[in-house]
Order: sequence, then structure tokens, then C-alpha cells
Amino acid sequence: MSLRLQGPVIPDFGNTSGCKANETFCWDWFADHWDRFAAELVQHVYVSAIAIVIGLVIALPAALVAYRLPRFETPAVVFSTILYTIPVLGFFLLMIPVTGIGLFTIEIALVGYTLLLLFRNTLTGLRSVPPEVRAAALGMGLTPGQILVRITFPLALPAVMAGLRVVTVTTISLATLAAYIAPYGLGQSILFYIGNTFISGLISAGVLAILLALVADALIVGLTRLVTPWARARRGGA
Amino acid sequence: MVLVDAWRFVADNPARVLGDIAGQLVLSLVSVVIAIAIAVPLGAAIGHTRRFALLAVNGANVLRALPTLAIIAIGIGLYGVGFINIMVALVILALPLILTNTYVGVAEVEPGTVEAARGMGMTGWQILTQVELPHAVPLIMAGIRTGTVFVIATAYLAGTAGYPHTLGSVITNPTLPVSQLLAYTVIAVLLAFAVDGLLLIVQRAVTPAGMKIVPVTAA
Amino acid sequence: MTDPATQEGPVGASHRGEALAIEFRHVTKRYPGQDAPAIDDLSLTVPPGETCCLVGPSGGGKTTAMKLVNRLIEPTSGDILIGGRSVLTYDVTTLRRDIGYVIQQVGLFPHMTIGANIGTIPRLLGWDKERIAERTGRLLDLVRLDRSYAKRYPAQLSGGQQQRIGLARALAADPPVMLMDEPFGALDPITRAEIQDEFLSLENEIRKTVIFVTHDIDEAIKMGDKIAVLRPGGRLAQYGSADELLGDPVDDFVADFVGADRGLKRLSLRSVGELADPGREAPPGAPSVSAGTSLRVGLSVLLAANAEVLEVTKEGRPAGAVTLAEIREAAGS
Ligand SMILES: Nc1ncnc2c1ncn2[C@@H]1O[C@H](COP(=O)(O)OP(=O)(O)OP(=O)(O)O)[C@@H](O)[C@H]1O
Ligand SMILES: [Mg+2]
Repeated sequence: MSLRLQGPVIPDFGNTSGCKANETFCWDWFADHWDRFAAELVQHVYVSAIAIVIGLVIALPAALVAYRLPRFETPAVVFSTILYTIPVLGFFLLMIPVTGIGLFTIEIALVGYTLLLLFRNTLTGLRSVPPEVRAAALGMGLTPGQILVRITFPLALPAVMAGLRVVTVTTISLATLAAYIAPYGLGQSILFYIGNTFISGLISAGVLAILLALVADALIVGLTRLVTPWARARRGGA
Repeated sequence: MVLVDAWRFVADNPARVLGDIAGQLVLSLVSVVIAIAIAVPLGAAIGHTRRFALLAVNGANVLRALPTLAIIAIGIGLYGVGFINIMVALVILALPLILTNTYVGVAEVEPGTVEAARGMGMTGWQILTQVELPHAVPLIMAGIRTGTVFVIATAYLAGTAGYPHTLGSVITNPTLPVSQLLAYTVIAVLLAFAVDGLLLIVQRAVTPAGMKIVPVTAA
Repeated sequence: MTDPATQEGPVGASHRGEALAIEFRHVTKRYPGQDAPAIDDLSLTVPPGETCCLVGPSGGGKTTAMKLVNRLIEPTSGDILIGGRSVLTYDVTTLRRDIGYVIQQVGLFPHMTIGANIGTIPRLLGWDKERIAERTGRLLDLVRLDRSYAKRYPAQLSGGQQQRIGLARALAADPPVMLMDEPFGALDPITRAEIQDEFLSLENEIRKTVIFVTHDIDEAIKMGDKIAVLRPGGRLAQYGSADELLGDPVDDFVADFVGADRGLKRLSLRSVGELADPGREAPPGAPSVSAGTSLRVGLSVLLAANAEVLEVTKEGRPAGAVTLAEIREAAGS
């Protein structure tokens, strides 16, 4: 297996001269290595985004099916719970013999972790729509398809978005571990600098991963407000 | 056969495997207990007084967003490798779940129930301990359960944090054969399910009986 | 702080079981950030053992006035006295334990059995187990629920039963004063009438001073010895017996509030026996009712029979007569 655990023991100072070996964080060094971190940051974003989008594509229809056919719920929950409980690193590593080293393996594992929360939240959201609301819509002459698209799904949206929020930060967090098996994301730098006495590299990668998660979290919160304006009206009105 | 090799590895090294399981459990237990010790009083205070609620909820969301590996990495920079490092990361993992659940459980007691209790002359402390906390027990336990499962399923990162006496001794060491990896991964999953089941039993036992009944009428 | 377990309430000890007057003295309550007061210079006295119904439009300050008594809200100025002593001089906790409190939402503790709910305050007061159990059983009898209900949980009771338990819980420590905020507001009319009747008969057994908030004037007429009408802004519009309010509303606001049919309502307060002239004899063929019948029913009997004179009977014997004109006069207006 090609792995990048063995970082150099001698600090990689680059061209920077102003840094001391025992410094907590050296800005000069960080500026000097920004290209590397930027590249990893971009990778981290798309590795996470791909997993979240695929997760939605699988979990939303599955939740709709389970909403219509309750029989389907238990197997889906059990399956996604097992996926959810496997240590992600073990999952990654065990997939290697099957799917090889690369993005595909990473995405399979990451998608596996999104399913449970997205599925469960969507189903809860769909079920929380009051029956009288649907009955009223039916009485007004909306077709079942129209009711689903115009009434049920919008009303389930807050729950879906709440799930999406947790899934987003979790996926970004788990994606740091992807570097154990293939060169993707900010985890590369974390693993690369982990044995190093010069800790600016570790701090940089760690802080960037945290910032990315916080920014993504804030974006999802903003998106939630945008797509569920009525929820805010109710909150404010009380 | 990978499966056979995996089984043989476990069968041949019982002391090592049991030691790693015990290490994983002790680490998880310590982390969860610390998270409970911080989160339950804090969540109860916030839910009872309804002050700083926004701060607490947002703070919990920030904590929840922190990638565990990033905490470990920064922790190595700030306070070095070892038990403390992984423990801090795991406490941060479990804390927000227990905190928000405690807060919500306490804060969402019917306003009429709290007002009745106050009107009857119960002190704030009596309302908290005799009305609000019992009401919050199912939610607090749910938070502890989820938090514990998260912690157990993540504790192997102890290997990366420089504390190898856990399942992480194998899982975070990709140079080892796949069979060992498989064995430890399966053990980790089983451990998580077992503890979850155990906590479910505890949850049922400590939930006040009245909280389990579905009302017959919508009064 | 004294130990609540050994402490009898402020109003308690010497007074327990004995009714006390509640007196509002120039009470004003202004909520922070609001210009208009919720209660404006309210003065009224509820004599010992009487029930005062507070009525008025929504937002009129009824709930506020009531919560000032058990200090869930503190007054901006003025004072409230129970049995002649200012509520402000007492420790709030002990004060509240001597004041029964019943609200529309009931607020039973969902995790406690009915028995534990009723026994909450006695437990906090440190009563021993047998005494609490005995008291709980007596209270269940009082609100006409089987004693076996003590083992149930609130979620297993109907809305009306929960409201009865709320009442029993408030009565548990035998408080001399009761505050009730739209206690029967959430019930259907039949259950509500039933509980009203039960509370009235219970009131006869356990004379307590009661402040009863309602926005239903009919409920106020039925339940109250006296009625206080609040206008928006928390000013007292009129305070008096139902008969006074119905017969002599001080202004249009009160007249509107008690309703255009206040004459009829007033008739339901009195019986034909009170009005009947025992010396008079009804003409043959006149309709006849017993003396306990309300004037309102008497009037409808007269109208139905298209007659002028109503015969009044006591134990089946003629005991005088009432004329349509007299009834009309009694309705006043
Ligand atoms: N906690 C509070 N803070 C600020 N204003 C309040 C508060 N409680 C009540 N008010 C205001 O005080 C006024 C009187 O309210 P109150 O609840 O006493 O009315 P009410 O007569 O009980 O009405 P209802 O019949 O609707 O129960 C209202 O204008 C209300 O908005
Ligand atoms: Mg009110």
C-alpha cells in the first residue's frame, strides 16, 4: 500500500528563514506553503461535496419509498445504521481490496455515512406533515403527485435541511481521514506533519479543516433560511 | 481466506485483542463520563434559566463541526500526543450531543407544567430536579447513547493521537495485513452495537414510567 | 431560608382551614418595556370565604391580577394583603404553598403518578407517607374520581379528569386561598358544567377565598359571589354581585360585557318563590311551577302558555302567584 505516513523528521522550512523550530505557528512558513494547503482544501471540498450529493440522490428517494411502503423502513434503517457504525478508517481500508486505492473507495465510504441521517431525517420530516394538511390539499383537487411536490416535501424540508447540516460537517470531518488511503484532502498534511517537531504544518491543516467545516455549516444554515422562509416567520412570530 | 486469517489472528492473540478492547472501552468511558459531567449540568442550567440558550446551541453546533482528526492535530501541537490528546477530541465529540439534548429536554417541559409547579411553591431547584430533569431523562439518555456510539466508533483514532492501547493499534496502522484490519473493524462495530444495546436497556430502566405512556386523549 | 420541610406557610399554621380576605390596595403593574400598565390602580377586597370572579376582555389583565397574589408577578406599586398581611412580606415559596393554584393548561407532572402529583406539596412540607396517602384518597373522593386513579399517570386520563386532578392537587395542603385561571376553559360544555357544579358543592364544604378568572360571563355569574369586571388597560370597571352587575351596570362597557340578555340572566339568579306573593291566588287554568324554579324558567312557562299569572307551588301545594309584570320588573334594565 502506498501510504504517506512517513513525513520527514527534519522540518520542511522551504525558503523561509524567520521560523524557529519550537514555534507554535509561523506565518511566514504558512504563506510559503499556501499553495499546498490551497490544493488540499479544494480537494477536500469536492471530495466532501461529491459524497453529500450522492448521499442525497440515494437517501431522498429511499425515504420517499419508505414513506409510501413502511415495510421498507426497517431494512433501510438497519443497513444504514451498520454502515454508520463501522469505523470510517476500517471501512476505507477494507474497501481497498475491492475497489482499489483512489477516490472511488473514499466516496463509497463517505456516502455510506451520509445515508442514515439523511434517510431518517427525511422520513421524519415527511411523516410530520399533519394529515389534515394533506386532506385539505386533496379536497382542493391537488393530485397525489402535486401534493407530494407542493405540500409534503416543502413541509418536510426543515427536517431534511437539519439532517443535511449534520451530514455536511460530519462528511468534512471524515474526509480528513481519506488521506490514510489516497492523497486527497487536508488529511494529507495532517498525516504528513504528524511526526514533526515543527508543528506549524499540523496547526495549519487542522485549523483549515475546522474553518472549512464552520464555513460549510454557516452556508447550510443560510441555505436553510432561504428555502424555508415560513419556518423563520413562525419562530419570529411566537 | 481473509476471514479465516482474521479469526486466526483473534484466536492466536487473545490477550492483545482483549487488552485493546478494554483500552478502547476505558478511553471511551472516561471521555463520555467527562462529557456528561460537563454537558448535563450546563444544559440543565441553560434549559432551566433559558439564558444563554442561543450561545449554547450555536456553541454546540460549532463543536459538532470540528473534525476529530483536526482536533487531534492541533492538540499535538498544543499539548502533545497521548491519552489526554485523544480524550479531549472524544469529549468534544460527545459533548455537543449531550448538551443540546439536555437543554432541549429541560427547556421543552410544558410551560403550564412549570408555571403550576412555581405557583404551588416549588423552588427553582425543586422544579429542576423533580420536574424538569425527570422529564428530560429520555432525551438526555438518547444524547448519551448517540454520543457513546460516536465515541466508541471514533476512539481508534487514539492510534493517530499517539495512544496505541486501543483498537487503533491496528486500525490506524495501514501497513498491517487486511485480515487484522478486518478483525478489528468487526470488533469495533460489534462493540458499538453492544454498548448501544446496553445503554438502551439503561435508558428504559431510568425513564420515568409516566413518560412512556402515549396519551389516550389529546387534552 | 428556613427548612421548608418543617415550615408551615405564612398564612398557614394558625389559619389553616380558616378562610382569609384578599385585598388589593392601589395595585399597578407595568410590564418592562410597555407604556400602558397591565393593571392600573386596582383596589378591591374579596371577603373571607367568598369567590370573586375576574372577568374582562382578552388582554384585560385578569391573569396578571391573579399572578400578583401568589407573586408569580411582582407589583410595580401598591400592595396585596391576605388576611391583613402584605404578601410582599412573606417568603415567596412558603406563600405559594399556602395558595392553591389551578390553570387552564393544568400542568400535571407527566412523569409522576396521579397520587404523586396530588401529594407534591404535602411531600415538600414533610408530611409522612400515611398522611399523604390518606389525604390523596380523600381528595380523589372530593373530586369524584375512584381512588384507584392514584396509581395512573396523567397521560392515561381524559382532559376533564386531568382538570379534576389539577384541582385536587391545588387543594392538597388545604390552602386558605385558591387562585384559578380559566380552570375549565379547555373543557367541552357538558364536562365543564359538571365540574362547575362539583366545584360549587365542594366550595360549600371547604369555604375558601377564591379568585376565579374567566372570560365567560355566564361562568362568572354561576361561580362568583362577586364579580369584578376589568376593562382594557387593567382598570376596574365594576365590582359587585351578579345581581348588581346585571341590574345596574355602571356604564356601556359593563352593560355590553354582561350582554344584551342581562335581564334574562338576572332572572336566572332568583327563584319564583322569592318573588311570589303568598297571599295571591292564581286564576283557574294558570300554569304552575314549583317555588325553586328560576324566574327565567317561570317566564318561559308563562310565555309558552300565553298567560299573565303563574301559580307557584311548594311541595305540590299552591303557595302564591307571580305576574308577568312582576317578572318583567325583576329583570330590570
Ligand atoms: N410577561 C409579560 N410581559 C409583558 N407583557 C405582558 C406579560 N404578560 C402579559 N402581558 C400584557 O399584559 C396585558 C394583560 O395580560 P393578561 O395576561 O393579564 O390578560 P388576560 O386578561 O389574562 O387575557 P386573556 O383573557 O387573554 O387570558 C396584555 O396586554 C399582555 O400583552
Ligand atoms: Mg389570561
